[in-house]
Amino acid sequence: MKLKSNLWNGIKYISLLLAVFTVVFPPYIIIVNAFKTKEEFQNKTTFSLPDSFLNFANFAKAFEQANMLRAFGNTLFILALTLVLSILLGAAFCYAVGRFEFRFKNLIVGLFLFATIIPSVTTQVVNYKTIKGIPLVDAYNMLGPILLYVGADIMMIYIFLQFIRNIPYELDESAMLEGASLFKIFRSIIFPLLAPATATIVILKTISIYNDMFIPMLYLPKQEHIVVSTSLMRFFGVNSGDWQMVSSAILIIMIPTAVMYLLLQKYIFAGVTTGAVK
Amino acid sequence: MFNRLPFHTQRKIIIVGFVAIPLLLLLTFAYYPALELIRLSFTDWDGMSPDKSWIGWDNYKEVFSNPEIFGVFKHNFAYFVVGIIQNILAIYFAIILNSKLRGKNFFRLLLFLPYILNGVAVAYLFGYVFDTTNGSLNTFLGTLGFDSLSQTSWLGSEGFVNYTLASIGLWRFMGFNMVIYLAALQSIPSDLYEAASIDGANGWQQFVYITLPNIYKIIELNLFLTVTGALEVFDLPFVLTNGGPAGASETFVMKIISTAFQFNNYGLASAMSVVLLLFVVVVLSIQRFLLNRGGN
Repeated sequence: MKLKSNLWNGIKYISLLLAVFTVVFPPYIIIVNAFKTKEEFQNKTTFSLPDSFLNFANFAKAFEQANMLRAFGNTLFILALTLVLSILLGAAFCYAVGRFEFRFKNLIVGLFLFATIIPSVTTQVVNYKTIKGIPLVDAYNMLGPILLYVGADIMMIYIFLQFIRNIPYELDESAMLEGASLFKIFRSIIFPLLAPATATIVILKTISIYNDMFIPMLYLPKQEHIVVSTSLMRFFGVNSGDWQMVSSAILIIMIPTAVMYLLLQKYIFAGVTTGAVK
Repeated sequence: MFNRLPFHTQRKIIIVGFVAIPLLLLLTFAYYPALELIRLSFTDWDGMSPDKSWIGWDNYKEVFSNPEIFGVFKHNFAYFVVGIIQNILAIYFAIILNSKLRGKNFFRLLLFLPYILNGVAVAYLFGYVFDTTNGSLNTFLGTLGFDSLSQTSWLGSEGFVNYTLASIGLWRFMGFNMVIYLAALQSIPSDLYEAASIDGANGWQQFVYITLPNIYKIIELNLFLTVTGALEVFDLPFVLTNGGPAGASETFVMKIISTAFQFNNYGLASAMSVVLLLFVVVVLSIQRFLLNRGGN
């Protein structure tokens, strides 16, 4: 019995170590090579450490050549506008659905749920035409992706609804007795109480938009509209084979979400599990 | 102003005002395109010209009879196989992390990490790992003494390029599945296990009779995500191999995109999209059916 549980413990740790190695191995290679000069890269083995971890020459060159200042700026712009719009619309929608009974309510919620099975990649064939057909969007290209990102986000609605149902209705009632309007109740009571859910949604949405390549590639083909994903693709097209350069570009792109993850892991795990398990 | 209105009027304004825009967006960008796809799939529209002619089932006949279109699903199959392995690993590691263990949170943090990294960056990261001459995997295999293996062209072989690509998907998403399974495991009341071990059930029996039935729904959800994910693979092969070598890693969605946006055959692309949508619905219904039967 004792032997068996020791064996099981051994297997546990060995398999975990293997998994950790598999996860860490590719990023390790990128990190050590991003700091190597071209000569170092050619003369040393792939696994060896660079002469100096202070050699930021590749990063500076990659940052400039991939036009990352612009890419980060554009991504930030799209992110900010998308987050503000979708949080406001999403929270308001869930307030209406979570607090009141009305005709077609179940149908509408059902429509949102059912929409998740429509593969969004395929609908782009039509959405592309729709987006191009809206004059304002056609003029300001970046509004297109924003509109698409703001549209139906079932995960957000799920998290908000879950949260609103846990806010006691007595709060609304007593505010009503004191003469607050329903709009004021939403703005000053419900919305502030949603803050933890809002934080989770902001983080998850930031990660998914930051990591998206499909929509920018399709809707923002111009150089002036590059975002982080597409800037990396362009950079690779020019520098493929120069792995020390590519490595540094990859690192620059990966670091923001990785840092965010380490700092805000609590919210991320909460979001992923409420979105999926409930 | 607003608070002078009677509550039932306010209610009406709130409901209409708060529901209208999200609903409008949903209808415009999810349901309208789905219906429009069905309509376009019966035409020969080229995406630009104002007129399109009705050509009946021709596009569908093309989808199912042209091996260059339907045969592409063979490539997607690799992602399905690897996706199943990914789920098995995810359950295994979830169980490990749910047991008594030092450094639990550290392992969870690390295994989930790939999921939040930028997809394009991950693709090129593995472009480096799988590179034939400079690649770290081949160098690593060489160091271990597998000289013949260390010459492998992981992304250049028609035979297994899709498995190579799918394994990157496993690297990226296993932690995500694991975290979901882990949350499900943690919601199983522990007295179930206590009662079982008092009754003399061993670890394996507890797994089969307590753990599995309790996470059945989550397995179903993850499997649905796996199957639809396999059907809808796009970005990895697009970024890394662009469908090569010789089209061996082209996926169905890549085919849809190139048919529409490169060859301007929107009619055919629409028919392909409808077929994909139907597949997803079929997968969902089969799972529902199996689950309901399992429930009885």
